[in-house]
Amino acid sequence: MRIGLLADLHANRQATEACLAALARAGCQRWVFLGDLVGYGADPEWTVDCVRAHVERGALAVRGNHDAALGDEAANTVNADIRATARWTRERLDGPQRAFLESMPLMIEDADRLYVHASAWEPDQWAYVSNPLAAKRSLAATTRWLTLCGHVHAPALYYEQGHSVSHFEPRPGVPIPLSSQRRWLAIPGSCGQPRDGNPAAACAWFDTDARQLCFLRVPYDHARSAAAIRAAGLPAAFADRLERGT
Amino acid sequence: MPVKLQPGMTIGGFTLVEPLHEGGMSRLWSVTHPDHTMALLMKLPRIDYGEAVSQVVSFEVERMLMPMIDGEHVPRYVASGEYEDQPWLVMQRMHGETLQPLLERLPLAAERVAAIGAMTALALEDLHHQRVVHLDVKPGNVLLQADPRDGSERAVLLDFGLSHHADLPDLLAEQFHVPMGTAPYIAPEQVLGVRDEPRSDLFALGVTLYQLATGKLPFGAPAGTAGMRRRLHDEPPAPRQLNPAVPRWLQEIILRCLEVDPDRRHASAAQLAFDLQHPDQVPLTSRADRLGGRGPLARALHWLSALGTRATIERKKAVATRGAPLIMTAIDLKQTNRALDDALRDMTTRIVQTAADSRLACVTVLRVARIGIEPTLDIEGRSRHVKRLIALRDWARSLPLEEHRITFHVLEASEVADALIDYARSNRIDQLIMGARGVTGVRRMLGSVSSRVVAEANCTVTVVRAGRESAAEQAPGPEPTESKPASEQ
Repeated sequence: MRIGLLADLHANRQATEACLAALARAGCQRWVFLGDLVGYGADPEWTVDCVRAHVERGALAVRGNHDAALGDEAANTVNADIRATARWTRERLDGPQRAFLESMPLMIEDADRLYVHASAWEPDQWAYVSNPLAAKRSLAATTRWLTLCGHVHAPALYYEQGHSVSHFEPRPGVPIPLSSQRRWLAIPGSCGQPRDGNPAAACAWFDTDARQLCFLRVPYDHARSAAAIRAAGLPAAFADRLERGT
Repeated sequence: MPVKLQPGMTIGGFTLVEPLHEGGMSRLWSVTHPDHTMALLMKLPRIDYGEAVSQVVSFEVERMLMPMIDGEHVPRYVASGEYEDQPWLVMQRMHGETLQPLLERLPLAAERVAAIGAMTALALEDLHHQRVVHLDVKPGNVLLQADPRDGSERAVLLDFGLSHHADLPDLLAEQFHVPMGTAPYIAPEQVLGVRDEPRSDLFALGVTLYQLATGKLPFGAPAGTAGMRRRLHDEPPAPRQLNPAVPRWLQEIILRCLEVDPDRRHASAAQLAFDLQHPDQVPLTSRADRLGGRGPLARALHWLSALGTRATIERKKAVATRGAPLIMTAIDLKQTNRALDDALRDMTTRIVQTAADSRLACVTVLRVARIGIEPTLDIEGRSRHVKRLIALRDWARSLPLEEHRITFHVLEASEVADALIDYARSNRIDQLIMGARGVTGVRRMLGSVSSRVVAEANCTVTVVRAGRESAAEQAPGPEPTESKPASEQ
């Protein structure tokens, strides 16, 4: 069984559609959404509906900080642009859509895998797993063999190496066999707001039979997503960064 | 507890037939499977072996990496898994023998050393193309086998337990505080922990060739890390000092492989193979004539530069596995179109200048009536051959290339296209440049050489035209035979 993995969709309809299509072409039949469906982007209703429809058909989804921020102003960031976008997003979503975001759990354990938006040690504190030490701490907080998370927007693979944890920058499109003799933590990268200088949307698949993980980069019509952000009157910086991938 | 293995036992669907090798690190069994007709080998590492955590990781590396590589220079991966706690891996069982038995009959003749070296270098080139550095090249890990189809000999690389794949997490990096490799053969940068340098394999192959040519190991067989580090500054005795029968060109090649600084070695395995296949074209330097070590002053300077190298090596990250292309320009000395000649020279210049480590082979074909009668043996044939060589050198005179980056070759063949395609294939040429012939009556009847080369050569082919041909020349003629598109690129 091949599982499609999407993280940090950020209300970017074009990127989400492109990733879902690319993963379906790669043979994915199950779906996991690793949080932050909304925030930054101009299509929150479509994105929430899309994920909710997948979940109704058996997909799994965990809550991200942007999803949580809609219901809880105190948890919100100090960044005024992000705060304003959260308010705008809340007004756009109807009751059932907001209820869906609130219903998503912080963590899901599925066979030998753990799905969480940020760290496994305090999933509601939104720590960034952005270096080997953080990855080591997150791996120490779970017994599962493979942790899949988001929050950090750059694709990354961490793996236990003796008593420490090492970092690997994956090459898109190359399936990586994950040895069962050590534990792994993988970040597919952001679907809706890539920040590593490459504007193509990021996602990944994991094959439960072959025990292989493959990171993908999917070019999409980012100009259209950026135009939607500008047309909605959201901060122009959010549109600009989609075109630069920063 | 280790699994007790017995003939007839089944592991992962494979039936154990007989033990082939019971080593300290792993056990090898021949196995069969109803779905596979080829000969199979199962490798089972010893997991009961006290100290060797690295062995367990090595096997993990091999299980990750082998499914990612293929081709005729590596055993084919079949399956892997775990039986209770015992991991196992099944691969194709290769026929042939490793270089190990040859070590009983050293030294070998220079021609045989070069042939073995070239075959191994071509196998390494294939591996490096797949973004893998072997990192444990030694006689026991190079197997020679005859192709069952035509009897031609080739090298197969074994044991990928220390290898590095550029697209996979490196499970051995920074984990162990001892150098990972085999002491007599390990490259200096590998002693320092660098694991992504393809030219480390050229060093190890150089040690192997040194051993085959002289019967001695250039750096001995040191037991500890300190002993291995000595190769960062110690210079081995020159091969010709140990065996005067070693020709200068072979000493040049071997000592170049053994340079401390990877930048001073051959730029790629294909370039090393090229030199080993064309002894008369090896650019000789002071390495060729070195006898004994360098003087004390030279040695001190060498030590200082080695120190610098060490600093460079420690900083350098992720050397590209590709690069250093072999370029071949096919030159038709008979053709008289000056504009086409200039265009071919311009294109060659442009392409060799884009890669600093590229090398150029200028090739022409001398048509002979038929092959098989040693045409160069007769005096007339010999002089025609020499005339072509002189003309080739003249053709290349104005190219802005240092002498050691360019070689000249006159091929004798009855079919031009076949000769060029064969040459490009056997020399691992990356890009072939040739001129398009005009639309003449002959071409109309026979088809062009360039179109056959484009269709059949296994490398990039660039077909050069002299400026833009007029629309009238390019337009399809009245007869259907002329409707072939003008662009052959």
